[in-house]
Amino acid sequence: MMKGFIVKEFLHIFRDRRTMLILFGMPIVQVLLFGFAITNEINNAQIAILDHSKDNVTTAITAKMLASGYFQLNKQLESSDQIASVFQNGEVKEVIVFEPDFAQKISKNHTAKVQIITDASDPNSANLLASYTSAILMDYVGEFSSIRPLPVNLSTQTSMLYNPELKGVFMFVPGTITILLMLISAMMTSISIAREKEMGTMEVLLVSHLKPLQIIIGKVIPYILLSFVNALVILFLAATVFHMPMNGSMILLLSESMLFIIMALSMGIFISTISNTQQTAMLLSMFVLMLPTILLSGFIFPIENMPVPLQLLSNIMPSKWFIIIVKSIMLKGLGIAYFWKETIILAGMMSAFVFLSAKKFKIRLA
Amino acid sequence: MINPHIHIEGLTKSYGNEKALKALSVDIAKGELFGFIGPDGAGKTTLFRLLATLLLPDSGSAEVLGYDTVSGYKEIRKQIGYMPGKFSLYQDLSVEENLNFFAGIHGTTLQENYHLVQDIYQHIEPFKNRRAGKLSGGMKQKLALSCALIHQPKVLLLDEPTTGVDAVSRQEFWEMLKNLKEKGITVVVSTPYMDEAALCDRVALMQKGSVLKINTPQQITAEFGHALFSIRSDTMFKLLGDLLQLENTHAAFRFGDTIHFTSHNKEETSQSIANNLIAQGHHNVVVEPVLPTIEDCFILLMKMENNA
Repeated sequence: MMKGFIVKEFLHIFRDRRTMLILFGMPIVQVLLFGFAITNEINNAQIAILDHSKDNVTTAITAKMLASGYFQLNKQLESSDQIASVFQNGEVKEVIVFEPDFAQKISKNHTAKVQIITDASDPNSANLLASYTSAILMDYVGEFSSIRPLPVNLSTQTSMLYNPELKGVFMFVPGTITILLMLISAMMTSISIAREKEMGTMEVLLVSHLKPLQIIIGKVIPYILLSFVNALVILFLAATVFHMPMNGSMILLLSESMLFIIMALSMGIFISTISNTQQTAMLLSMFVLMLPTILLSGFIFPIENMPVPLQLLSNIMPSKWFIIIVKSIMLKGLGIAYFWKETIILAGMMSAFVFLSAKKFKIRLA
Repeated sequence: MINPHIHIEGLTKSYGNEKALKALSVDIAKGELFGFIGPDGAGKTTLFRLLATLLLPDSGSAEVLGYDTVSGYKEIRKQIGYMPGKFSLYQDLSVEENLNFFAGIHGTTLQENYHLVQDIYQHIEPFKNRRAGKLSGGMKQKLALSCALIHQPKVLLLDEPTTGVDAVSRQEFWEMLKNLKEKGITVVVSTPYMDEAALCDRVALMQKGSVLKINTPQQITAEFGHALFSIRSDTMFKLLGDLLQLENTHAAFRFGDTIHFTSHNKEETSQSIANNLIAQGHHNVVVEPVLPTIEDCFILLMKMENNA
């Protein structure tokens, strides 16, 4: 009885070009988009330098900066009057100012001042530029002191663990997997069940030998398989195109993905029980699942920086926990011992939604 | 009726303030071809959904094959064939795939029960690889009927199976229903087409959630109780008004491109009516006595109901 149902469900999917496009086109496009275009890495940022001293040390520092590949010299400034105008023209994102007699001051006082001015109308990249610049300066101080053993005063030390190059892709891949699995699992199932209601076929399905649970399972199995295939495609792209490391166990990652997929599917069934048309199902999935997933899961905006109410709210986002798990496995290579709590939370959410949707699934119309 | 296949008693269903069914009671015997006849909004679809266990009644009860539609819904669902008013097959699946699927969800196969649907299915078998969405209205209904029959149901519930179907296909469809009835299947049909009433064993005329009359179509027309005249003249727009003004008028209503007329005066003849109309300035008056149809009965019953 179930076999025919599942076959039918696959036929629906394979015969609908739009469904196929969403299922298989979107993951690829999204991964590539997030990986390449929407990135907060710095590449060839335009800078200007105002060098009041022009000695061997400042030239060396400048050369080191420009050799890093992060910065590109747009202009050598001659006076501080020019600073305001280059920013206003939008020509540069950052101006670096060396004080007069730079080399002398270093050798005499072991200290010299560099001023970093950034265009903070885009605070994220301003922040990044400033920290990249100071990192390069620190680096130089390090080399400098190794040549001439001088006492060096380091006031800050930052270290970028797990993603030393601050590669955005490493952040985005776990997030993208999460969003796509959520989207495909929850949205596609909710739409496909709502379609049966809208087309009137649900009436005929109910008046048959099928039990409600069998209808649900028949609907869900194809999407479990397809979501799983999608997860594999995304991981493959991440590994081959973006050289994303896979430090942990693949089997563990796939089992956790399976858990998340089933959780998302049960959310989809739940949504379909409260919507009668495909359109409602789609809008509900978009606004109830997608937006919070993107905004509150820590995918784009760090949860630590959110106001406390939103931080609390983020705890009920299944995606938050899944992203933590994926990062732990892929980047840190950790085992289940380190994220059993997150796993239990996901499993709990899954059981809650399976229970809710089984309870809400109507054995009658209206 | 002894051991009816369907027993409906005081069945009532409302949507909000709107009463869709008002205390409906009907018994339908085994092997009967029973029609619920009425215009849109009469409550036919609500009734069929209640019988198919898809809705819960507000009050009253219905039994199908001896099972209550509320407590025994699981058994009923296994033993009836239900065809909703809206075409409810998968448009993106082929004819054969649909039939295989519906056989599957009823725990059987097309091969196993081919003989049950053979008469009907052979009409559409040449198109078995065509997508259901690309079939004509009549073929869609034949496919839907095959799908509803594939698991050998004892009762068939067909909600407006001939709506949107051409005249020839409608006729074929009713032939099929008669054959099914011959095989002992209880067939319950709803239709807004009055002319189809004559093809049923018994009909219930429905309006606004109530039954106006239940009987055999022959008996319903026999109980019309008035001489009926079909009237035409050159000035049709004036005719209805003038007829309603006549002294002995019982009822006058449009019927196709003529006006049907009944009189309180038992002595009324075609000639007396014609004379009356000519006196009112009508030309080319044609008055013919006609036999009442179900539609005439329905209109008359409806008028009486509305006046009551």
